[in-house]
Amino acid sequence: MATTVVAEDTGQGKPRLGDRVFSRLALVAGIAILVALAAVFIFLAIEGVPGLAKPAEFYGEASSFWGYVAPLLFGTVLAAVIALVVAVPLSWGIALTVSHYAPKRVATPIAYVIDLLAAVPSVVFGLWGISVLAPRLSPVYQWLEEHAGWIPFFAGPASTTGRTILTAGIVLAIMIIPIITAISREVFSQTPRLHEEAALALGATRWEMLRLAVFPYARSGMVSAVMLGLGRALGETMAVAMVLSAGGGISFNLISSTNPASIASNIASNYKEGTPGKIQVLIATGLVLFLVTFLVNFAARWVVQRSERRLAR
Amino acid sequence: MSVTTAPTRSASRSVSFTAAKLPRFAPALVAAVSIAAAALPVLFLGWGLVAWAIVAGLLHLVALPLWARVVEGSRGATDRLVTGLVWAACVIAIVPLASLLWTVVDRGLPRISTTFLTYSMYRTDLDQEVGIYHALIGTLLITLFAAIISVPIGIMAAIYLIEYGKGNRLARWITFLVDVMTGIPSIVAGLFAFALFILIFGPSTRVGIGGSVALSLLMIPIVVRSTEEMLRLVPDELREASYALGVPKWRTIVKVVLPTALGGIVTGVTLAIARVVGETAPLLLIAGLTTRTNFNVFADRMTTLPVLIFTQNANPGIAETPGGMRPGLEIAWGGALVLIVIVMVLNLVARIIGRVFAPKTGH
Amino acid sequence: MNRTSFRKALAPSVAVLALSISLTACGAGNETSAGSDDSGSSETSGGLSGDLNGAGASSQEKAQGAWATGFQGMNDGNVTVNYDPVGSGDGRTNFIEGGVSFAGSDSYLNDDEGELSAAKERCNGEDPIEVPAYVSPIAVAFNLEGVDSLNLDADTIAQIFDNKITTWNDPAIADQNPDADLPDTAITPVHRSDDSGTTKNFTDYLGKASSSWSYEAEDAFPVKGGEAAEGTSGVVSAISGGDGTIGYADESQVGDLSVVKVLVGEEYVAPSAEGAALVVESSPAAEGRADVDMAVDIDRTTTESGAYPVVLLSYLIACQTYEDQNEADLVKGYLSYIVSDEGQQAASEEAGSAPLSSTVAEKAQSIVGAISAG
Repeated sequence: MATTVVAEDTGQGKPRLGDRVFSRLALVAGIAILVALAAVFIFLAIEGVPGLAKPAEFYGEASSFWGYVAPLLFGTVLAAVIALVVAVPLSWGIALTVSHYAPKRVATPIAYVIDLLAAVPSVVFGLWGISVLAPRLSPVYQWLEEHAGWIPFFAGPASTTGRTILTAGIVLAIMIIPIITAISREVFSQTPRLHEEAALALGATRWEMLRLAVFPYARSGMVSAVMLGLGRALGETMAVAMVLSAGGGISFNLISSTNPASIASNIASNYKEGTPGKIQVLIATGLVLFLVTFLVNFAARWVVQRSERRLAR
Repeated sequence: MSVTTAPTRSASRSVSFTAAKLPRFAPALVAAVSIAAAALPVLFLGWGLVAWAIVAGLLHLVALPLWARVVEGSRGATDRLVTGLVWAACVIAIVPLASLLWTVVDRGLPRISTTFLTYSMYRTDLDQEVGIYHALIGTLLITLFAAIISVPIGIMAAIYLIEYGKGNRLARWITFLVDVMTGIPSIVAGLFAFALFILIFGPSTRVGIGGSVALSLLMIPIVVRSTEEMLRLVPDELREASYALGVPKWRTIVKVVLPTALGGIVTGVTLAIARVVGETAPLLLIAGLTTRTNFNVFADRMTTLPVLIFTQNANPGIAETPGGMRPGLEIAWGGALVLIVIVMVLNLVARIIGRVFAPKTGH
Repeated sequence: MNRTSFRKALAPSVAVLALSISLTACGAGNETSAGSDDSGSSETSGGLSGDLNGAGASSQEKAQGAWATGFQGMNDGNVTVNYDPVGSGDGRTNFIEGGVSFAGSDSYLNDDEGELSAAKERCNGEDPIEVPAYVSPIAVAFNLEGVDSLNLDADTIAQIFDNKITTWNDPAIADQNPDADLPDTAITPVHRSDDSGTTKNFTDYLGKASSSWSYEAEDAFPVKGGEAAEGTSGVVSAISGGDGTIGYADESQVGDLSVVKVLVGEEYVAPSAEGAALVVESSPAAEGRADVDMAVDIDRTTTESGAYPVVLLSYLIACQTYEDQNEADLVKGYLSYIVSDEGQQAASEEAGSAPLSSTVAEKAQSIVGAISAG
């Protein structure tokens, strides 16, 4: 996207009163967010930092905080990656169907159903995951273990209940599909009609039109959508806690019943009966999750900026 | 796309200015053939309906591009393949979503009744009927106040980022922190609100507004990010045209930029509401749990639907109801259905608002 | 004319607000008889009015619902009891900070992290009251095709949950079940993934009653690996979802699953309310406790006939005196109702808990009856 120069102030001389008030308001809102979010961060830091260096018995099996948090972090990232791998192509597919492929009669109900799903409470996703999805996937895992056991992901032994990290990832994927779809759909349909028609008029097929006119225009929004989805997948608490059979260490085995927990689900599971010292440890893990989302977002922004710069040239 | 590559073969045979295309009925024909062909292994190997659908779908996905490749060339084939993939993604995603909705409706619907919707859980005798009215009110009020807090702040902040900040240091910091906030686990937001209110109002504080604060922490990043995206998509030509007419910047934003992006902003806000309306952990901490209806978000405990669903599911009780479910589970599923319906209505209202206020454009 | 867009935007928001306000104007259909929260005291049979707030163990939640209902009924609906099922740890913290009037907890206060002293401080230097309120037998439930009754001793159960015995036809199991037709299915032990009093009581039983369990009694299940599930309902659905699964859960929640008969003394005992209450009654008091503190260390190695030592015991924690007269009356009245026959019976019907035995209930009654304002 080429950024054209916008007139910074339209009136000559001093800006009008309305302008001054409005821009102040916008600034205040921005600073309010800054303050609120910084407050959360500071709160986490104050409450969590003592949790970094507790006596060894606070960390269960592990002897240090890092030994305690590593499998949790791994579980968080693994579940989120599975969720993204599953959800992103599907979401973009749905978004394209709604914005460009399906006739309006079909597109509207599809969009509607997807939006509805954003509202299903995570508890219900969890319930559905245990009672409907996991039993269905269990035979698939047995099959995978038998026929694809040579791939480390499917080494087994396959879980008999189906409550594996792969199932948790799929549930997460279903939870983030509405988010990614809704935003991608909006940015796809915001593409200037003229660009699209110009591409078609040059003889482009529909797919070429999408590639030439829509995707470059929508790229930043698509990445934003994925990032929001990723944020939810990383921070999702109850559904993972309910679906996942947690309690293992770092392992790439996706279909066994021994899986690493995720940071958020671990907080939810262990917070209830926690003593003050234990809760500090849990909040410290929350801090780690914070840092991870920061790094991921940072990387994503960097990638987008680089590609935009290349495009601008 | 040079014009010379594609139409060579067909142009040599007959004088035509359009490239050869598959007939309009081609996708339907291929679909029919695929279904028929997939029926063979299904019949002989005894597979189920699901396998039949999968095999037929795959066949169709492969066969149509192949045919198109012969007739239309590789560009046409790619286009057909992508079309197939896009539709396939849609269908694949709809299956679990539909299954989930069906589960909720199937288990929740039998419980819905006037009593269920207008009674609270306050009882003075174990045989009395109960309902979810108190939780319904709690959810509506807490979410309403969360929206009142977060929507103006979120939209104004996004306006600052796009229209005023333009990548200065402060704007970069805000963007950065908003990004980090998207991944905050809801329970941490709850812990924060809890700590904040206890610090200010004393240890026995359980108020609905505390829940609203926690929820708005979760909503703000979504509102900011989606609004930011939509504002960024508003063409600069529109702004420049407005400035050229001598319209001040703030009125340009209010009258031109915001209405143009309204559809997307409304979607973003709805999404944000939908995201938080089902939150459990923060509300249990700060808003507490009560069996009575409370209309005042600024005093006393408030039950919300997700908290009710969560606690009822965790401790469903033992008495069997006529429906064969435990009483807690019935309430949980009924509550889940009601929650979805609420969001459906909100969604509908938001869309109507979006449509009414969207600028009238050519398409 | 300039303001049209604002007006246009204003109309629906006003409408939404008006709608929500009109909604808020009408109360719930079943609350009409009762005055609102601050309606002041009126002449009623129970004579009490106002709000009573508690927080704590989620295991008690359903029982608390039953007790609240009964207590509210006794006071003609002028009282509201609120119980936040935030978990024992948080409940204790809330109580200590003065956030709630009483707490429910799956384990008694101790001074490992200074909680007992802190609670004493909260109660104006007096020892906090701890009375047993909710007793629930923990069943070891299993799902194995073709087998619906199983006898096991503590050692065998411990080895199963420690992943030492891995198939159902292991001699250790077969010896105790000569009549059962045991398949060679692999055993999938299911444990709680969240911290819970149930896990603590179960591991406490394994540690004390068997010789092969080397872990401490903890809220978190100590053995790595194996199937883990969130909450009692999660464990139950995991057990019923697999084949060859075995796990532990509140007896009232296991539903149709088969339960293990546990070796106590010379005989195999199925979980029962009576057996659980019997164990609580015969268990020794925890050391160094005040008179008002009924904390007990459950006797897991009891050999008494009919006793079932795998039980969860949940306490109510309160102060002896409260500054506010009304608060003191409410706590006294509510806790007295809970430990009364009537209250215990209501909980047993709603939540499937085991009613306290009469000796325990009487002692508890005399302790909570002395709560006063001061």
